[in-house]
Amino acid sequence: MPNITIDGIKVAVPEGSTILQAAQEAGVNIPTLCHHPDQSVKANCRICVCEVAGSNLLQAACSQPATEGMNVKTRSPKVLEARKTILELILANHPQDCLNCLRNENCELQSLAAEYCIRDNPFELKVRGLGKDLSTPALFRDPDKCVLCRRCIEACSVIQTVNALGIEYRGQKAMVVPTLGKNLIDSPCIMCGQCIHACPVGAIGEIEEIDELLAAIADPETVVVTQIAPAVRLALGEEVGMPTGDLPMDVLVAGLRQIGFDHVLHTNFTADLTIMEEGHELLKRLKEGGKLPMFTSCSPGWTSFCETFFPDLLDNLSTCKSPQQMFGALVKTYWADKMNIPASKIFSVSIMPCTAKKYEASRPEMQSSGFRDVDLVLTTREIGRLFRMSGLDFEKLAPADFSPWMSKYTGAGVIFGASGGVMEAALRTVYEVVTGETLADVNFTAVRGFEGIKEATVNLKGTEVKVAIAHGLGNARKVMEQVRAGESPYHFIEIMACPGGCIGGGGQPITKTNKKRLERIQAVYEEDQACAVRKSHLNTEVQELYKDFLHEPLGHKSHELLHTHYQAKDKKFL
Amino acid sequence: MAEEMRLVLRNLGKIDPLKIDDYLAAGGFNSLKKALGMNKSDLIQEIKDSKLRGRGGAGFNCGSKWNFAAQAQADQKYVICNADEGEPGTYKDRLILENDPHALLEGMAICAHAIGASQGFIYCRGEYPAAAEILKEAIAQAKDKGVLGDFDVEVRLGAGAYVCGEETALIESIEGKPGEPRIKPPFPPVSGLWGKPTIVNNVETFVNIPLILEKGAAWYAAIGSPSYPGTKVLTLSGDVVHKTFFEVPTTTTVREVIYGLGGGLTAGKQLKAVQIGGTSGAFIPADQLDTAIGFDELSAIGAVLGSGAVFVLNESRDLADVTARIAKFFAHESCGKCTPCREGTARMSDILDKINNGQGKAADLALLSRLGRVMSCSSFCGLGQAAPSPLMSALKHFPADYEARLN
Ligand SMILES: Cc1cc2nc3c(=O)[nH]c(=O)nc-3n(C[C@H](O)[C@H](O)[C@H](O)COP(=O)(O)O)c2cc1C
Ligand code: FES
Repeated sequence: MPNITIDGIKVAVPEGSTILQAAQEAGVNIPTLCHHPDQSVKANCRICVCEVAGSNLLQAACSQPATEGMNVKTRSPKVLEARKTILELILANHPQDCLNCLRNENCELQSLAAEYCIRDNPFELKVRGLGKDLSTPALFRDPDKCVLCRRCIEACSVIQTVNALGIEYRGQKAMVVPTLGKNLIDSPCIMCGQCIHACPVGAIGEIEEIDELLAAIADPETVVVTQIAPAVRLALGEEVGMPTGDLPMDVLVAGLRQIGFDHVLHTNFTADLTIMEEGHELLKRLKEGGKLPMFTSCSPGWTSFCETFFPDLLDNLSTCKSPQQMFGALVKTYWADKMNIPASKIFSVSIMPCTAKKYEASRPEMQSSGFRDVDLVLTTREIGRLFRMSGLDFEKLAPADFSPWMSKYTGAGVIFGASGGVMEAALRTVYEVVTGETLADVNFTAVRGFEGIKEATVNLKGTEVKVAIAHGLGNARKVMEQVRAGESPYHFIEIMACPGGCIGGGGQPITKTNKKRLERIQAVYEEDQACAVRKSHLNTEVQELYKDFLHEPLGHKSHELLHTHYQAKDKKFL
Repeated sequence: MAEEMRLVLRNLGKIDPLKIDDYLAAGGFNSLKKALGMNKSDLIQEIKDSKLRGRGGAGFNCGSKWNFAAQAQADQKYVICNADEGEPGTYKDRLILENDPHALLEGMAICAHAIGASQGFIYCRGEYPAAAEILKEAIAQAKDKGVLGDFDVEVRLGAGAYVCGEETALIESIEGKPGEPRIKPPFPPVSGLWGKPTIVNNVETFVNIPLILEKGAAWYAAIGSPSYPGTKVLTLSGDVVHKTFFEVPTTTTVREVIYGLGGGLTAGKQLKAVQIGGTSGAFIPADQLDTAIGFDELSAIGAVLGSGAVFVLNESRDLADVTARIAKFFAHESCGKCTPCREGTARMSDILDKINNGQGKAADLALLSRLGRVMSCSSFCGLGQAAPSPLMSALKHFPADYEARLN
């Protein structure tokens, strides 16, 4: 335990701690920019430099080990001059358009500029003028704003193992570029949006489509219907200044009605439906010797990853569409009939924690209703902005109800939002369907939590079913390599592209650390716990849907509307 | 009158570099034989006692560095010779590579034995293809003769980036990655090439080793400056009569080098300044010429010994021009990893251009000083840390050159 002194404060810190960690221990705040608590140390921005007695060089607090007897000054004139100058150097290349930026008021560079009172920058403003990359339907890049911290590269290549981003050129020409081509669309990008959470500034973001929604709402002929994904509610509160999980569902519904949505429904409904279809698909594969292990298919970032990097294993993917797309196909058929609204008048919106869903909705095969099934996908962040724009006071808003037929849900649908949730929901249903018995305890805690790869074995009246759960595509890759090698012991594997599952999705409020993801996971299980019904097959609206329309899981109508196929992507990515 | 003392260049012109027998006849590989008979800690102690310090610029005690790697536990260790020699105006390593390649191999093999390595690399500047060919031939001959025992050496050609001379960037480059420096610690002797303990020494450093073993540490330590004993190979350029190389003991003064061996300035001109150590070296004004070319003596006046390049400037030179050209060099050579170097080198170049175009204000000089101070103390690696020193020294000693251009 080295003893060190920081600004006169003595602290003992664990062996291997950095000055930054020691400072946190001592209650001293050192600014950072390239540092990310869940990533490797980069030490390239140099904002965190401090004075260490005995050295003329300043040391980067994020990388320099704290050693016995070290005496550190974090706010000496020399340090402040360095930090201020470094900030000025960054800002002298940075577009001065904070007012128009997606990250206005939520930008690490902007905060630092404010903290360090950057006023009249003596360096001449020289923006590179590279222009935006708008090539994908989900993400944009604005390389002019990039501060070259390289956090996005690590998110993409280390956490997600997608390798869509890299560094090119040297010196002041250095920039983060898509790999294998000029634009992001040319790269293996699967549009998961994890780079957005990693980016300290507005150099990457979602393609914002708020205006498209407002146009639809403004058109009196259009019936604007929305679904809300399970992971949205608990994080949306964060966007309007509430603690994680605290925004009540009926207040959220009221807020959406205030904005002008004609009907508010819930994706949890199709999450329950997914369990009916996917659960039966699993049972069928088990019984008839189909391709195993079966992989879940709710996460479009993950299915794209599989299409890109594991095209040889596409037959293992469940043919079930994601809950968003099941919903889209039903809202313009079943629900339109029930409500007596012409499908052509429906504008189907989905509110998602996900950027990849924007891409998924645009896939050409997603038109089973005869129309584009989901017309518009908005992320949690975009809805947060709309809420702020409309000046709603969520403390005073009177609760409101969902519209009928596709909004009832069970706790099983709710937990789709967290890694392990789809698996747990499936097990709750599959167990009861196969054994005909009621589960003594619906909580499969082995499949919960933040560990990268989780596994469990469930005994279905003599048949052992082995399952695994991976979240974050780096973890998924490990599980997949095992399958490819023919060494996978599992029958059923749940994979979510984003760390923590949808609660950590690329469209969620900017998530600076995994600690926030853990809070959201907790909120998911609290909501499940509070549900009176916690098994998908007991969802009465789903039961009605089968009775009136689908008739049976995996039936003819289901195949038409709820199931899909996959396509190997360009081989050059392999 | 100063005289040359050829230790490092002992075989230059005397042997055929492509004939290992010439080297053997001159007593070559006897030191390696001796080293192999010594116990490793005695061997390292001998190098420590010689007080030999690195010739690549940082001046680290060679024996101490080897000791770190010797102490480190690992299944594999590496010896790397830094022959990247990227400093403009410097060619002392090339002289050695092209004229006495076996002395380098012998020095590396002794290091390998001392630290317990069996694999070596020579990272040779890309613009030195002839030297690389000679090295390869020398390695082949040494293998043929079996003089290196189980020590294997490979030549790797650099791709022309100046920063790849920085030891951790060099290691990255050998690993096939972009040449960017690594975070230190860990230092290479603990975790270097492929994460294994690695010694990186300059060519000139290695070539001193066989001599130290042959003649003894005490003999070596008594030559030149006590804190940086031995000789230094200097390469003279600029407005000096003899634009050539000299090897002198480290007690020789700058004045002796320029006016003695160098033959003074061309065209009977007066000296304005001399830049020692390469592009990143400081400018030394005429009143400091009696400083010895030892590492610490030069540091004491805010200059560096660096690579040993000696660039002489006469009275007609304008430092605003000279430093602007240097600034362009660094802006071009910055790898772009850290902010102060990436942005700082480019801005430094821009502001100097502005001043030279007659558009500078007094505030620009103050800004240059601040920028230089910040870059030198906060950059990630030695490149950004050293890049401002020519300008900083020029602003200090020759402010009039800049003030004359202000608007
Ligand atoms: C930008 C930069 C360039 C360098 N270039 C060289 C070089 O060309 N040759 C060299 O021997 N050392 C160079 N060095 C120094 C090396 O990092 C390292 O200190 C040296 O190779 C160690 O060997 P020595 O102890 O024998 O001097 C450079 C350092 C920096 C920061
Ligand atoms: S936060 Fe330490 S260098 Fe960037």
